[in-house]
Amino acid sequence: MSFRSAVITFPGSNCDRDMAVALELVSGVAPHRVWHRDTDLPERLDLIALPGGFSYGDYLRSGAMAARSPIMQAVISAAERGVPVLGVCNGFQVLTEAGLLPGALMRNAVQTFICREVSLKVETSQSLFTSAYEAGQTIRVPVAHHDGNYFADDETLDRLEGEGRVAFRYVQTCNGSRRDIAGVLNEGGNILGMMPHPERAVEPEHGSTDGRGLFESAVRALVSA
Amino acid sequence: MKVRIHVSLKPGVLDPQGRAVHHALEGLGFDGIRDVRMGRLIELDVTDDTSDAQLDEMCRKLLANMVIENYRIEKVEAKEPAQ
Repeated sequence: MSFRSAVITFPGSNCDRDMAVALELVSGVAPHRVWHRDTDLPERLDLIALPGGFSYGDYLRSGAMAARSPIMQAVISAAERGVPVLGVCNGFQVLTEAGLLPGALMRNAVQTFICREVSLKVETSQSLFTSAYEAGQTIRVPVAHHDGNYFADDETLDRLEGEGRVAFRYVQTCNGSRRDIAGVLNEGGNILGMMPHPERAVEPEHGSTDGRGLFESAVRALVSA
Repeated sequence: MKVRIHVSLKPGVLDPQGRAVHHALEGLGFDGIRDVRMGRLIELDVTDDTSDAQLDEMCRKLLANMVIENYRIEKVEAKEPAQ
C-alpha cells in the first residue's frame, strides 16, 4: 500500500517543494501538488500538508487570506472526516485562521524575524505525527518566522495541556509563545500545526535529521492502518 | 455608504508592536505615555442596502481574528454635497 499525500501551494508559499521532497524521501512516493484555486483534493489521501511561506504576502494577518481560499474548503472537510493534516510555519497560521486549531500566531515578542536552529522538546509520543519520538526527547529543527508567537487564553492552554495536545515546546524561549508552545494538535489528533520546520531537517546536509521522525511517524501510522 | 472597521487587540493580549512604538516615542523625547496599542483601520465602500448583520459577519469571518482582536463598526455620514 502506498502513501498518498498532497502538498498545497498558495501564492507566496515557499516551502512547498521542501515539504514535497521530505515526504517523498521518507514515504518513497511523490506527493500530489495542489494549487490554492483547486476546489477538490485527490481521493483517499493519507496526509495533507500546508507548507511554510508567506501566502498572499501575509496580507491582513498571516494565513488569513489562505484560510479562505477555495482549496481550504476541501481541506477543512477532509480534516473533519479525519484525514491527517500537517501545517508547518505559515501552514500552522493557516490552520489557526481556518479554525482547525485553537489560538492565534502573533508577531514575535522580540519584533524580529527569527531564523535559526532551535531545540524542541517532544511533549507527547501519543500522536500519529510523533510516535517515532520518545516523549521528553529533545530534537533540533530550524525555525524561520516573524509571526510565531502562539497565543491562546489560559482556559484553552490548560485544556491543550490537560488533553496532551501540546506536541512540541521550545526548550529555550524563542518568540514569546505562551508556555513556549511550538506545536499543537486538534482534539481528534489528526491535525498538527507547528512553527518549526521538520522538512528542513531530514538529510545530513541539513545539519540535523531530527525532523524525519515526524514524517516517519505519519507514514508508519498510515501504511499500517 | 462608507464604513470604517476599527480592529484592535483585545485587552490583555501582549502587543509587541505597540511596545516597540512606545519605546521609540520615548526615545524621541516624548514622555507621559502610559501605553501604546496598535490596531488596524479598514475602510469599506458598500451599497446602502448592506445590513448591519452583513457587516458584522464580514468582521467575524475575515476582517478580525476573534481569538485576539475586537472590532468596532463605524458608519461614516455622507458629506454634504459641495456648494
